[in-house]
Amino acid sequence: MAKILNVTHLNKTYTSGAKKLTVLDDISFDIEERTTFSIVGPSGSGKTTLLGLCAGLDAPDSGSIEISGINLGSLTEDQRALLRNKQVGFVFQDFQLLPTLTALENVAVPLELQGAKDALKRSRELLGKVELGDRFNHYPSQLSGGEQQRVALARAFSNRPSILFADEPTGNLDAETGEKVEKLIFDLNNELGTTLVIVTHDPELAQKTQHTLRLKGGKILSNTAV
Amino acid sequence: MKEIDKGRKTNAGLGWLLKMAWRDGRASVGKLILFMASIVLGIAAVVSIQSFGDNLKKNIALQSKALMGADFIIDSSNPPNERVNKIMDSLGGANSREIGFASMAAFPKNDAAKLMQVRGIEGGFPFYGELETEPASAGKTYQQDNAALVDATVMLQNNINVGDSIKIGTVTLPVAGALKSVPGSNAIFSSVAPPVLIPYRFITETGLVQTGSRIDYKYYFVAPDKNMEALDHKLDPQLDAQEADLDTHTSTSRRLGRRYENFGKFLNLVAFIALLLGCVGIASAVHIYIKEKLRAVAVLKCLGATRRQTFLIFLIQIAVIGILGGLIGTVAGVLLQQLFPIFLEGLLPIDIQVTFAPKVIVLGLLLGLLMSVLFALYPLMGTLYVSPLEALRVNGAKRSKSKTAGLLVLFAIFIFIFLFAFWLLKDINYSLAFVAGILVTFAILAGIAQGLMQAVRRFFPTSWGFVARQGLLNLFRPNNQTLILVMAIGVGTFLISTLYFSKDLLLSQAALDKQKDSPNMILLDVQSDQREAVTSTVLGDNLSIIEDIPIITMRVQGIDGRSAVSLKNDKSSKVGRWVLNHEFRVTYRDSLIASESLMAGSWDGNYNGNGTVPISVSDNFANDAKVKVGDQVTFNVQGKSLKTEVASIRLVDWSRMQLNFSIVFPKGVLEKAPQFLVITTKVPDENASAALQQKLVKQFPNVTILDLRQVLSVIEGLLNKIAWLINFMAFFSIFTGIIVLIGAVRTSKYQRIRESVLLRTLGAKSQQILKIMALEYVYLGILGSLAGILLALISSQLLAWLVFDTTFLPSWMPFLVLFPGITALVVFIGLFNSVSVIKNPPLEVLRKEV
Repeated sequence: MAKILNVTHLNKTYTSGAKKLTVLDDISFDIEERTTFSIVGPSGSGKTTLLGLCAGLDAPDSGSIEISGINLGSLTEDQRALLRNKQVGFVFQDFQLLPTLTALENVAVPLELQGAKDALKRSRELLGKVELGDRFNHYPSQLSGGEQQRVALARAFSNRPSILFADEPTGNLDAETGEKVEKLIFDLNNELGTTLVIVTHDPELAQKTQHTLRLKGGKILSNTAV
Repeated sequence: MKEIDKGRKTNAGLGWLLKMAWRDGRASVGKLILFMASIVLGIAAVVSIQSFGDNLKKNIALQSKALMGADFIIDSSNPPNERVNKIMDSLGGANSREIGFASMAAFPKNDAAKLMQVRGIEGGFPFYGELETEPASAGKTYQQDNAALVDATVMLQNNINVGDSIKIGTVTLPVAGALKSVPGSNAIFSSVAPPVLIPYRFITETGLVQTGSRIDYKYYFVAPDKNMEALDHKLDPQLDAQEADLDTHTSTSRRLGRRYENFGKFLNLVAFIALLLGCVGIASAVHIYIKEKLRAVAVLKCLGATRRQTFLIFLIQIAVIGILGGLIGTVAGVLLQQLFPIFLEGLLPIDIQVTFAPKVIVLGLLLGLLMSVLFALYPLMGTLYVSPLEALRVNGAKRSKSKTAGLLVLFAIFIFIFLFAFWLLKDINYSLAFVAGILVTFAILAGIAQGLMQAVRRFFPTSWGFVARQGLLNLFRPNNQTLILVMAIGVGTFLISTLYFSKDLLLSQAALDKQKDSPNMILLDVQSDQREAVTSTVLGDNLSIIEDIPIITMRVQGIDGRSAVSLKNDKSSKVGRWVLNHEFRVTYRDSLIASESLMAGSWDGNYNGNGTVPISVSDNFANDAKVKVGDQVTFNVQGKSLKTEVASIRLVDWSRMQLNFSIVFPKGVLEKAPQFLVITTKVPDENASAALQQKLVKQFPNVTILDLRQVLSVIEGLLNKIAWLINFMAFFSIFTGIIVLIGAVRTSKYQRIRESVLLRTLGAKSQQILKIMALEYVYLGILGSLAGILLALISSQLLAWLVFDTTFLPSWMPFLVLFPGITALVVFIGLFNSVSVIKNPPLEVLRKEV
């Protein structure tokens, strides 16, 4: 199977005051297309930073990242934005819906950025799939946490991404709602043939993925198939 | 697999940007309305003043003929000589002529007397405009009826009716009608000496045309087809040489336009400051608005929006609000200017027909767009540098702005302020000074705010109670509003206080009447042979003679050996023309008076007949005549040549309401020259003034009486009117200041909510949270308003020193009213905006507000 993500000798440090903090230290791994992948580790192990770098949200100090064979290091910031719009989906722990847009408009943003004429029609279908067909015109503040995360899921899948990054997607939800959202992620992933990369603390969620990368102190502890 | 075309940009175009700007703006209406209000008020202030100024200019031009009553006038303070008569003949002769002077008029019916401007008219004047009289026919028949037209207000005040008589000098005429308006009468002068029109032939009979009398000879011409510019160009220099003047209706309109332009410029500056306050409002509102949007910007970037796109979404929003604000502000300004003629009634030379000027719409829209975009640009740049990583709650996400871009924006802002100031003032130095003044004010206020934060941090009173400490902590912790609030409150207070202090300065200059021993009645044109009789009349009323000043008229015949004529003809000569043309009223005495101080040379009060006559000249005369101590000036004293030498130069405070002189002779030179006297006295009240005036007018009809209390009340009335308008314009600034305050406080509320909710969750009582917030606003209110007032004190002191040349005694009003008032307002607005945090349960607040 072809590789969708290829990470080689990745290093990242942050400066905090006069101190240099190594967040990621020589990270290398790859992910095959249409698989599910989890990144686990304790707080401060560098999971979220790794996710951000893989999605092209920031540049590493050294090393390379390729998505679908495209080296992110060779792209400008705007080209990386275009790549995210075409190939990447996001699910955030705290949902990150745009508060001034309705549920429907939130889902439509990635499609509209692509210039899709039927953006609203497709967004309505997606909201129907996450059982929010009656909440099109609600603002995020009028939705519950679970509903907001479902809108975020619909948005993440709206541009039919090749790879979807989910950062603690159930971290802010109660157990029951969390399970529902988990199920939706995997169902949509199956249906749309997306590669799923989940950052999580939850070992149960990690077990549901095909591969697990364990991080500690910015280094890889293990990279195993489940 | 999808491919990325590296050269391709996003597919979402302008349509999507507009859609996103609308979607986001729709949900932020509350915050944007406040932002728009700042623009609306600033623009309304500028547009109303601009539009009114335009209308004033237009109306003056339209009514210029009616203002003069003729196409052009030749006037002189002497009877026309042969050359002037020749020039007038070459123009086809005057269509109408007038002799005018100020004199006392008496009303025998009730023994009342009043200083009036007597205008003896022959011919069909006015040829444009009209004599508005009651009855209306009186204006046409008074000449044939050998009667007078008397100012309507004077008739009303003195209970004079048509048919009663008026005595001017030795002539008594029946009153034909009440004069409501007449071309050529100045509204301000008319309140001191109201006009009375009589037929020309009676002027000589009055016996008032005597030595030293100020007589104005006017010749009115009707020539609608003549080119006024060419006429002015050709005849003015010729007439000037004969000490006569040519006034065309176009030059009069230009001169009037210029005079009101200066007044307009001042008001424009006041409006501009309101506009600048609005700009501060914009910058502060957008700063917080964008701060709240940064997370959304990070998310949009995660979803694939480019830096340019996210920047443009908010730029479009702000530009649209700017244009909308500009439009509303323009409409408000156009409506508002309708009030100005009411404020300025009696102050303007004409009736203003306020019309709609399309130019101001363009001005308003452009200004709205420019000021909103420019002042929003700096905070807007934040969207460019926000990292998409922020959506992932990564702590190390960089958000460093480009310093060069920031400096460029600041530079553009100052260029905008400078260009706008230059457009208003048309003077590069004043504009630079204005921008520098603003810069200094803002810098000082910013310095005070920063200083406060550092001082509080360094000397933090750890022993204080929890509430007081928290209130103080709010001043310097992250996301504090100290800088923006101190600047907003400070600038607003500074402006209002400066206006207040300046008004005081202007009024205090005029209010000399209250000073002890200052005369308040001046008797002009007392002939030498009347001296004793007039003096005894004054003394007979138990009043004292304060001054008894002899006056001799003379002209400059030559300076340092060069004749006045050769100096006039010498184009390279820097001697002021007025010095060579003016008929000086000169006095002689042996000592300096209170309004004078010696600048150079030595004072010589007595001349013993040896050597050249030593004289003392005022600093402005010395400056304009280009003379210094030791230089020679020759005078023509009523036909006789008199050589003098400048022995001293005096600094004269002309603003004092007393008789000051450019040239003072020593005793022992002019005693025998033809002269008249000015006698001053102090009357205790209106009755004493009226009684003395009645006696004097009866016995000495040629003596002109100037009641300074009346003049002062006229000046005070005018200043009050101007003060009204200034206050009205300052109100814009106050209102904009309040909006800035509401904006800043409202936005700071979002910074406070999380902490307040957290405190409540930890068990803090509502009252404690309220006290913490109240204390923070008290600190900010006190600091901002006090800093503003103190800065105003400094700027007013500078104004008094550099501009008004007077002593500044600050009034306590700003300290007693503005200081507590503004502080209370800050606390009120602050708490009013935070009530929701206290009233509702913590979770509900968080859900709603954050």
